[in-house]
Amino acid sequence: MGIKFDNVSFEYPTVNEKVFAIKDINLSIKPEGELIAIVGHTGSGKSTMIQHMNALLLPSNGDVDVFGHKVVKGEKLTPIRKRVGMVFQFPEYQLFEETVEKDIMFGPLNFGLTKEEAKEKAEEVISIVGLDESFLPRSPFNLSGGQMRRVAIAGILAMEPDILILDEPTVGLDPQGQIEMMELFLSIHEKYNKTVILVTHNMDVVSEYANRVIVMKKARLVFDGSPVDLFGNEKLVRDYDLDLPKYMKIMKVLNDKFDSKLDETVFNLEDLVTELKKL
Amino acid sequence: MNIIEIKDLSFLYSEEEGLVLRDINLNIEKGEWVAILGHNGSGKSTLSKLIVGLLEKKSGSIIVNEKELCVGNEYEIRESISIVFQNPDNQFVGATVKDDIAFGLENQLLTREEMIKRIDYYSKKVNMHGFLNKEPHNLSGGEKQRVAIAGALAMDTEIIILDEATSMLDPRGKSEVIETIKSLQDGDKTIITITHELSEAVLCDRVIVLNKGRIVLDGAPKEVFKERELIVEAGLDILPTLKVLDKLEEENIDNDKLKEILWELSLTM
Repeated sequence: MGIKFDNVSFEYPTVNEKVFAIKDINLSIKPEGELIAIVGHTGSGKSTMIQHMNALLLPSNGDVDVFGHKVVKGEKLTPIRKRVGMVFQFPEYQLFEETVEKDIMFGPLNFGLTKEEAKEKAEEVISIVGLDESFLPRSPFNLSGGQMRRVAIAGILAMEPDILILDEPTVGLDPQGQIEMMELFLSIHEKYNKTVILVTHNMDVVSEYANRVIVMKKARLVFDGSPVDLFGNEKLVRDYDLDLPKYMKIMKVLNDKFDSKLDETVFNLEDLVTELKKL
Repeated sequence: MNIIEIKDLSFLYSEEEGLVLRDINLNIEKGEWVAILGHNGSGKSTLSKLIVGLLEKKSGSIIVNEKELCVGNEYEIRESISIVFQNPDNQFVGATVKDDIAFGLENQLLTREEMIKRIDYYSKKVNMHGFLNKEPHNLSGGEKQRVAIAGALAMDTEIIILDEATSMLDPRGKSEVIETIKSLQDGDKTIITITHELSEAVLCDRVIVLNKGRIVLDGAPKEVFKERELIVEAGLDILPTLKVLDKLEEENIDNDKLKEILWELSLTM
């Protein structure tokens, strides 16, 4: 039992009208083993949807169930937030403590751990995010952007969530930083068998890492399936107005130029070159 | 004519950290569209802040529009430069989108008619015309970024600096904004794009790559992106088409037509 949405809608009250940010969403997410990418244009409802997953927003209609807890007003929502960890865009802006260690300890302390336990947690998670214990006594504000982001993610991991949600986690990082960050999520997913959910605009992230992709369009969930089924279907890609992963783009142009019919659903360099050998 | 001339520029935030920028020498011509690339912490944003006088240089000189930047004349320099930063949340001042775009214009002492005209024009350019009366905090990240870009463009300055200003836009939003920028450049604006997006940089006239505070590459995109080793050292990625070319080479696949097409492609995607 992970996360279940049953006909979920959310309305934004604005001055003149009611606007649906998400409408009639049905989905279920397993507590382990999934690496899900959520894609869709700006304003399509991606952020609103994930905020329902850890009870930051409550549905206007329909039911959200998170690990057996119903997300409704008046219920205790803390257990939900503990099990579903959320990393926002630019999480480094939310660091505030004097030291990296204190920043990481903040969440666990709020969830009732003792100081010693929280300290231990900090030591444990700092290495998971690819830093080491020498960072703990340092001020988070003297770190590089990529390091600060890792500290912020460590702070969420310290709460031991079963499911980790990240909103555009690679935005603002340089290309090599992006690869390292994605490798980090992949290792959290593989080593600890946690479900990781990413909101992204980067189709290369979707094709190279995700085993499931959800497409949002105008407040509705319009696709839920594998990256191959999505990108392999030209009509869907066109209807949802999505970009193609980079190697698929190259393959498409080459098929055009050579008037050939090579398989265009190639997600990595090796597959692309294997196809090109047939030219 | 050089609209920006930078000579022997160095900068540091603190003695312990050392120099963030070292001996930067850079001339930018009027009407050029220049991309500045580099890893996080390479000094890209620091350079843009120095040019508009938000930071004070340690040594060297910066000349903008034939005026040397010094303590006291920052405001004069800023009349010819507008800048958009990465995170739009940090740069909203207006209660509505319209107010926000108007803010810079009010400071330029424009007439009301001219202000309305420009708000109209530039909000359409970035596809945010339907949002003029909305409150900025109700917008999505990408929408906010468009508003910030409209606000900067509406100032109609000679130089526009975009500091990772399209990073939060979806691919369609990115290409719309890039199209807008391109059309501005045709109108003689000088544009400096600070970015990690190689696909954006290949479209520029010129690419400058910073690594640890130094300029390591400077030239036409075609020349710069060929330098795979320096590109990787600078924390960037090799263009996907070039990766394909290298892989073909490695596997001894000899197809001249294929290679030629991939080369041409590398500068468009």
